[in-house]
Amino acid sequence: MCDVSCWMSNVSSIIAGTRVECLLLLTFEKLLIANRGEIACRVSYNFQVIKTCKKMGIKTVAIHSDVDSSAVHVKMADEAVCVGPAPTSKSYLNMDAIMEAIKKTRAQAVHPGYGFLSENKEFARRLASEGVTFVGPDTHAIQAMGDKIESKLLAKNAKVNTIPGFDGVVKDADEAVRIAREIGYPVMIKASAGGGGKGMRIAWNDEETREGFRFSSQEAASSFGDDRLLIEKFIDNPRHMKSRFVLADKHDNALRNQKVVEEAPSTFLDPETRRAMGEQAVALAKAVKYSSAGTVEFLVDTKKNFYFLEMNTRLQVEHPITECITGLDLVQEMIRVAKGYPLRHKQADIPINGWAVECRVYAEDPYKSFGLPSIGRLSRYQEPLHVSNVRVDSGIQEGSDISIYYDPMISKLITYGSDRAEALQRMEEALDNYVIRGVTHNIALLREVIIHPRFVQGDVSTKFLPDVYPDGFKGHKLTDLEKRELLAIATSLYMAEQLRSQQFLGSPRISLAKLDLNNWELSIQLGDGTYSVTVSNNGSTFSVEVDGMKLNVTSEWNLASPLLSVTIDGTQRTIQCLSRDAAGNISIQFLGTVYKLRILTKLAAELSKYMPEKAVEDTTSILRSPMPGAVVAVSVKPGDLVSEGQEICVIEAMKMQNSMIAAKTGKVKAVHCKAGETVGEGDLLIELE
Amino acid sequence: MAALRFLPRLLPVSRTRLVRSHSASASGSVPERIAEKRRAALLGGGQARIDSQHKRGKLTARERILLLLDPDSFVEYDMFVEHRCADFGMESDQNKYPGDSVVTGQGRINGRLAYVFSQIMDQAVMVGAPVIGLNDSGGARIQEGVESLAGYADIFLRNVLCSGVVPQISLIMGPCAGGAVYSPALTDFTFMVKDTSYLFITGPDVVKSVTNEDVTQEQLGGAKTHTAVSGVAHRAFENDVDALLNLREFFNYLPLSNRDPAPVRKCHDPSNRLVPELDTVVPMESTKAYDMVDIVHSIVDEREFFEIMPSYARNMIVGFARMNGRTVGILGNQPKVASGCLDINSSVKGARFVRFCDAFNIPLITFVDVPGFLPGTAQEYGGIIRHGAKLLFAFAEATVPKITIITRKAYGGAYDVMSSKHLRGDVNYAWPTAEVAVMGAKGAVQIIFRGKETDAEAEYVNKFANPFPAAVRGFVDDIIEPSTTRVRICRDLEVLASKMQSNPWKKHANIPL
Repeated sequence: MCDVSCWMSNVSSIIAGTRVECLLLLTFEKLLIANRGEIACRVSYNFQVIKTCKKMGIKTVAIHSDVDSSAVHVKMADEAVCVGPAPTSKSYLNMDAIMEAIKKTRAQAVHPGYGFLSENKEFARRLASEGVTFVGPDTHAIQAMGDKIESKLLAKNAKVNTIPGFDGVVKDADEAVRIAREIGYPVMIKASAGGGGKGMRIAWNDEETREGFRFSSQEAASSFGDDRLLIEKFIDNPRHMKSRFVLADKHDNALRNQKVVEEAPSTFLDPETRRAMGEQAVALAKAVKYSSAGTVEFLVDTKKNFYFLEMNTRLQVEHPITECITGLDLVQEMIRVAKGYPLRHKQADIPINGWAVECRVYAEDPYKSFGLPSIGRLSRYQEPLHVSNVRVDSGIQEGSDISIYYDPMISKLITYGSDRAEALQRMEEALDNYVIRGVTHNIALLREVIIHPRFVQGDVSTKFLPDVYPDGFKGHKLTDLEKRELLAIATSLYMAEQLRSQQFLGSPRISLAKLDLNNWELSIQLGDGTYSVTVSNNGSTFSVEVDGMKLNVTSEWNLASPLLSVTIDGTQRTIQCLSRDAAGNISIQFLGTVYKLRILTKLAAELSKYMPEKAVEDTTSILRSPMPGAVVAVSVKPGDLVSEGQEICVIEAMKMQNSMIAAKTGKVKAVHCKAGETVGEGDLLIELE
Repeated sequence: MAALRFLPRLLPVSRTRLVRSHSASASGSVPERIAEKRRAALLGGGQARIDSQHKRGKLTARERILLLLDPDSFVEYDMFVEHRCADFGMESDQNKYPGDSVVTGQGRINGRLAYVFSQIMDQAVMVGAPVIGLNDSGGARIQEGVESLAGYADIFLRNVLCSGVVPQISLIMGPCAGGAVYSPALTDFTFMVKDTSYLFITGPDVVKSVTNEDVTQEQLGGAKTHTAVSGVAHRAFENDVDALLNLREFFNYLPLSNRDPAPVRKCHDPSNRLVPELDTVVPMESTKAYDMVDIVHSIVDEREFFEIMPSYARNMIVGFARMNGRTVGILGNQPKVASGCLDINSSVKGARFVRFCDAFNIPLITFVDVPGFLPGTAQEYGGIIRHGAKLLFAFAEATVPKITIITRKAYGGAYDVMSSKHLRGDVNYAWPTAEVAVMGAKGAVQIIFRGKETDAEAEYVNKFANPFPAAVRGFVDDIIEPSTTRVRICRDLEVLASKMQSNPWKKHANIPL
């Protein structure tokens, strides 16, 4: 490649080239995409919804597992080949089957996307030996950079700043503890073959080191087939990971260190640091003779010292934000470069225009450890593409299954604006207008993060979530005004429904009696509070009196639409009514968070006080699966004594192992699961006496 | 109406005597006496009994009616009726209550007329409006002897004569024992309140003395028993308030009488809405289960589906929904439970629902994924032949619009039964995943070739495990993209709204009971 310096810049990380010219370039005839989901769609489809490959005159081949046979990426491609059953090790990581698919379809090139085989040197080698072009760097670079231990040594030699630690393979838990003590706590235990936060754990003491060693090596073995680990100093309160801006790790318990919100350019880097980082990145790239898209990640501490973390020799998950502010189509550039076309743009030629923010929308429950995976069918799915300057990279559609086999990402939601405030404002709007039903999702958390004062000021670190929500995420906290707005909206929705229940078409044999809907008194339960409201109706406007304040709520009141735009005294809000029932229960997504309310007439509320209290299940003596997954191990049997906090079984979901602990001390009464079984969310696993 | 004095009591009247300060006075002018009686009637059994009812987590009859009906719409009848029993101290004024423990009248639910409780059944039939009974009764007044039995029979007779004329709904909100249970059993729908309502012929004490079984009221005749085990009740609700609010919602699905068409409520859900979700809902593997309720939810208006008997014979789903505002009855095999096969309980559940809809002009929409009738001695000994015949009979005699969608399997006799073209289905659709055949490929090949090694299974699958054999014969009208199902049904219902069909004259048919 002609100009390495273009690749490895600190902010935009990549490439150049103009789209128009590319239309005329001769590239591959057929390209196989060795991936699934959003990135597979991205490769065949670009963000302007023109097929990147198709516009380049390239036919695409999708690979898929049997459960993915009707997935979106399969439908988008010109051809599709099934490469095996659902588990990734038997399908998307199944090199034999993929090589077979390449032969069968006579694909000339392979785009690996990210994850899976994107940084697998063996795969790159096998492709090379078959004369198939790998759209990515060469085997040598992948090998060097893919191995955390090797890359660290290489970076050291290229005079790149590295994190202090032990740069060899850790043999066992005892050695891990010894090394950790030498380095000094806290330490980070990492899978040498790792990436994406998998097989990564922070340990603050000996016990956590042992546990971390065990989990990380198991995870590394199952995810990468390589359980080698290294240990290094954990940079506490890092301001920032990567050359690109990183918000926070996803789990306070360090199950994963994955980012949920990213933006470009960085709010933190000053031009000097950015330049210094860029220089070191380029030095490293040159050292491995790099030739494709890639990113060098740095960790920056509070004193703006930066350390080399890793180099990703692939398209980044968050590449869309780079594309938004540079106007480049990175996938197209990668393909061009792979075909041998030179780069014609220098770093200086790549403009940085405006601001882009990316939120990763996941099928997970943010109220549990900031995000336990959830599965299900998307019974309703509508992307907020009607909001301007919004890009959604997704690989699913209405009716798709989020299964236990793959990453539970629903989409990457990207908004763009002339400045950061505008991009964030759009993001709020986009999140409010995103309709996802059938699976639990993390929109509430995303929306809270982007409006949090600390985030708005750019004051973020990888410890953002545990710092800001020390007791776990609890959803949006309503101000008094917001609460009144919510009550007024809920009241109006209830009244609209009441009005509609009397609207029968045709002429009834027995005439209908009309209800007087003025000055209705209602009682609303929201959280621990009960609120009395009075409401009157005038056409499409409801006047609701809450706490002595009158609010006028206007809307079309379309009770079938998943999105409802309402105006409350001039303020526009988009809300979603998720459910409502005859007994007055109503769930409303308002400001990102779902609120459960119960609305009753004054009479019904008064009479409700006579209703018997129903006994609630004692949850301390039973263990239910918090998520769908597979039981990896059960460490107790009936009759065993367990102490509070003791691990009693391990559930694996989305390749993550989750330790299930006893909620109290006691004797095991019954075990309802065994290793190897698949369990659903809420399934009873173990009962204590 | 005179014969209907003795009725199951709405208020549970305990046998202990209470001194009532407001007992009706025999003196005073007529207007004074009227006012006095009215006041007393509004208090029912007196404040102490109202309190005791509340303490048990229950509402009084009047409170229930207020909740059920639109504000200020209740018109009460027979407030002055008292029992005329003169034995065992019952003649005392202290044991007489204006209205005689029953509150009856009429009112409005979302503007539409409804009669509450049973004395007014004759009028309900004449006017043509549903009857709703809120039952909470200790049973017959033993002191009244045979007179109370006569009272029951009077009600039973009226229940029977009303049947098929106006919808009858029973909401059991307390004990309902002995002969009284047959009134709800004769009505179209019986709902219960969890933990506070019971239905049984004989209570736990009698059971103990006769069969020596130890059983609680709840186990014997609680909401769980009747909604999940016996199939006596059609649904249960958390408490009185929940039950009454749900009853209001349920009422909106029903036509007022057999003279009225299925109601059409204003609809916000576009009738031409495509449902892309449905294109992937049926799994690739024909042995894999999916939830038929998901399909129903995504097709009907606003995902609103009022399921009937959700906990009983779960291999068949039945319930009410709306299509473009019009009430429809939905039936479907549930592949998630017992592969959606037809067995005794599911056949009976389906049959009764079909007959209700047919009686009250409610179009039927049937979703078919049925592998056949459940085999085995339990089923054969239990009479699956005659019970299965009920469903067959019900679908065949129904003259309301019938639309059928075969989502996957439609095997054997069960295919015929499930509202097939052959039973006068008006519009029968197949999804591309449909397989209309005598049986599954594996079983068929085993029988045809008697276990001989053969590759005929693939041939069978190719020939029969698809919608074509049925489509070429006209047994299905079209093979449709699942996402267009809602559009097609809404369009068909518009056309079929004026459907007229009648069966040959007969006194009544003889359904295999």
